[in-house]
Amino acid sequence: MLQLQYFLILAAALFCIGIYGLITSRNAVRVLMSIELMLNAVNLNLMGFSNYIDPAEIKGQVFTIFVIAIAAAEAAVGLAIVLAIYRNRDTVDMEQFNLLKW
Amino acid sequence: MQIAEGVQLVTFAILSILLVGAALGVVLFANIVYSAFLLGGVFISMAGIYILLNADFVSAAQILVYVGAVNVLILFAIMLVNKREDFKPLKNGWIRQGSTAVVCGGLFALLSAVSIVTPWSISTVSPLASSVVPIAKHFFTDFLLPFELASILLLMSMVGAIILARRDFLPDNLGATSTQDSLTLPERPRELAGK
Repeated sequence: MLQLQYFLILAAALFCIGIYGLITSRNAVRVLMSIELMLNAVNLNLMGFSNYIDPAEIKGQVFTIFVIAIAAAEAAVGLAIVLAIYRNRDTVDMEQFNLLKW
Repeated sequence: MQIAEGVQLVTFAILSILLVGAALGVVLFANIVYSAFLLGGVFISMAGIYILLNADFVSAAQILVYVGAVNVLILFAIMLVNKREDFKPLKNGWIRQGSTAVVCGGLFALLSAVSIVTPWSISTVSPLASSVVPIAKHFFTDFLLPFELASILLLMSMVGAIILARRDFLPDNLGATSTQDSLTLPERPRELAGK
């Protein structure tokens, strides 16, 4: 029998992989991919709780659909920003985006 | 769910191995095109896990939105910024990677311990046969305002993405462009700030 804990541990693993990629990757597009991984981990948490704790009124699934919609908007704006920075600085290295650095 | 429990367990094991392996590939591969395609693998196996959680509509939406839109958008972005560059290795870069790995491992241990130790109040109600009608009822009754706001947000982000990704507008050339086709936007390539 599948337990709620399996899904929560899987979501935690995915979230931690996303954080690792977010901090260590140098390519700006890969940073956006890591953010998508983290959003998917959060979605998995919401779906797990919706199925095991609230199966009559599946409000977690409604929340998941909102998160999917906002993630699509975030990906579009984020990639447009990456494109604008690439035109401006001629690189996608995160270490060279230091315009606002102290 | 009509599937036998052993089959569910084996399916979950296969899907979770695929999910974690593809996610590690997204983060660790050197070639970013491989990462983008493995990200599609992550999204598809996530849709399979949603089916295991009795969520048919969200599973279909996951494939449509993530694999069909977000992944294709990421591939286009990789194509538009395809510059082969070798990043200069950072001074003491291993400290950052090592400490991040330690922090992520600790966070994973903490979250796993919390999710195992906490006594969740599991509901005994049998899950619904189809989730489409309840989701639609939620959207058009108690979640109507967020639903409409999400559509406005999508419109705003679409306009914003076009404005951000478009090249510069050229105002002093505006009178001369009347002979041009009226559907093309007058624009010029932007100079690089670093040069």
